[in-house]
Amino acid sequence: MSAGHAHKLYRHGHSPVHALPPHCKIAAVLCFVLAVVATPRTAVWTFALYALLLAAVAAAARVPAAFLLKRLLVEVPFVAFAVLMPFVATGPRVHILGTALSEPGLWGAWNILAKGTLGVAASVLLAATTDLRGLLLGLQRLRMPPLLVQIASFMIRYGDVIADELRRMRVARLSRGFEARGVRHWGVLAKTAGALFIRSYERGERVHLAMVSRGYTGTLPVPDAAAATGAQWTRAAALPAAALAVCLLGWTL
Amino acid sequence: MDPLNNPLHTRATAPTPETPAPSLEVAGLAYAYPDGHQALYGVDLTVAHGERVALLGPNGAGKTTFVLHLNGILTPGAGTVTVAGLPVVRRHLAEVRRRVGIVFQDPDDQLFMPTVREDVAFGPAAAGLRGAELAARVTEALGRVGMADHADRPPHHLSFGQRRRVAVATVLAMRPEILVLDEPSSNLDPASRRELADILRALDVTVLMVTHDLPYALELCPRSVVLSEGVITADGPTQHLLSDTELMAAHRLELPFGFDLRSVTIPTP
Repeated sequence: MSAGHAHKLYRHGHSPVHALPPHCKIAAVLCFVLAVVATPRTAVWTFALYALLLAAVAAAARVPAAFLLKRLLVEVPFVAFAVLMPFVATGPRVHILGTALSEPGLWGAWNILAKGTLGVAASVLLAATTDLRGLLLGLQRLRMPPLLVQIASFMIRYGDVIADELRRMRVARLSRGFEARGVRHWGVLAKTAGALFIRSYERGERVHLAMVSRGYTGTLPVPDAAAATGAQWTRAAALPAAALAVCLLGWTL
Repeated sequence: MDPLNNPLHTRATAPTPETPAPSLEVAGLAYAYPDGHQALYGVDLTVAHGERVALLGPNGAGKTTFVLHLNGILTPGAGTVTVAGLPVVRRHLAEVRRRVGIVFQDPDDQLFMPTVREDVAFGPAAAGLRGAELAARVTEALGRVGMADHADRPPHHLSFGQRRRVAVATVLAMRPEILVLDEPSSNLDPASRRELADILRALDVTVLMVTHDLPYALELCPRSVVLSEGVITADGPTQHLLSDTELMAAHRLELPFGFDLRSVTIPTP
């Protein structure tokens, strides 16, 4: 259980990117993604420029390419969907290697693939340079509804507790000679999930009780954090500003 | 009620100007759950300021139900609860919850914030404290339980004993009038158990300890009351109650195997 103090996506470091206040970084990533999404898909070369921008950020943050690429694998299910599109979409067909593929489908697939990958890469960079706590505080500073921030922070706090509970239940099952093999055992697994749900629900009630006992009235206190300086905002804005320029070029050229 | 008792009662009910109001006064407290199951049948209990009292009782005696009345989570069907002179009613709830610090049995329920520091700050911050004052309060509370070095760790990376101590700090940070501990010794190894006892003994705060761990009650609380089937059935010096084998047996209270009351020296406060 001693998996360190942070989540797996985070990479501890002291780079200039790590040092930026979380809310600046979140805003920068959001603006970057908006610029990418707003780019016409036919301006293929712009996406190469976006990738270069992200590579520059990764270099500044001293995040190795292998680390970044491995975490990009989370995108695979979307890629599978994108790969299907040229086969199932309608419209004029083009012949590539003897297969008839839909032209709009190909463009659609390219669109999802390019923009999705850039978005995921930007998020992975954000997560690699900002710890979870910082992300939540950043969201809170950006006026995300407090209820959503609270839900997210409880998810982090109790994720491990519940995973531990699940592990104990699994060990208890194994200790009594049960091993899930095949469909016939799914019933047992479903019951485990149900039991876990009820346990978590009851824990939720106990936690709420403990919170109310200490004066909870609907808001969690926000720790004092220094406001971001103009210089920090400027530095964080470098990425989305460059992206915006690329986007405008994509539309005009 | 046990007739042996109790000089404390008389002292508590007639406060002279220089003695503060009792930390806790419960009179005729009765409660039935919405499903009709009655848990408390008229509980009377007075705890003087600075006293350490153990509330003993078997499983299902209504101990937890009783505790949830002390800070107004449950509303009594009949009877009153008064905390340091302040009746527990809806309009006083915020102040009552500051005055009554409940440490729940499972520290994972109690510690819900991402770091120890934020968790300890939760109560005082909810009461309106901010900035340097809040930080000082947190440091002080963590210092009192010897956990000041762990302020920035997430609670789930602490050992169980450490979590229990942080849980105590979370309520100490609110400068409570009375500290209510629900089974404080459960799941602790002997060393953590002793450490917690040392901490509790050093606190200058009224303590109500709900437990069926009789040696722990003996170690920490000069006075005990027995809650059984929804009423207080005995009240007196802990050692006296524990040596009353008939009383103990009648309420399913048992000392652990090999424990000899005559052989222990009770640490002085």
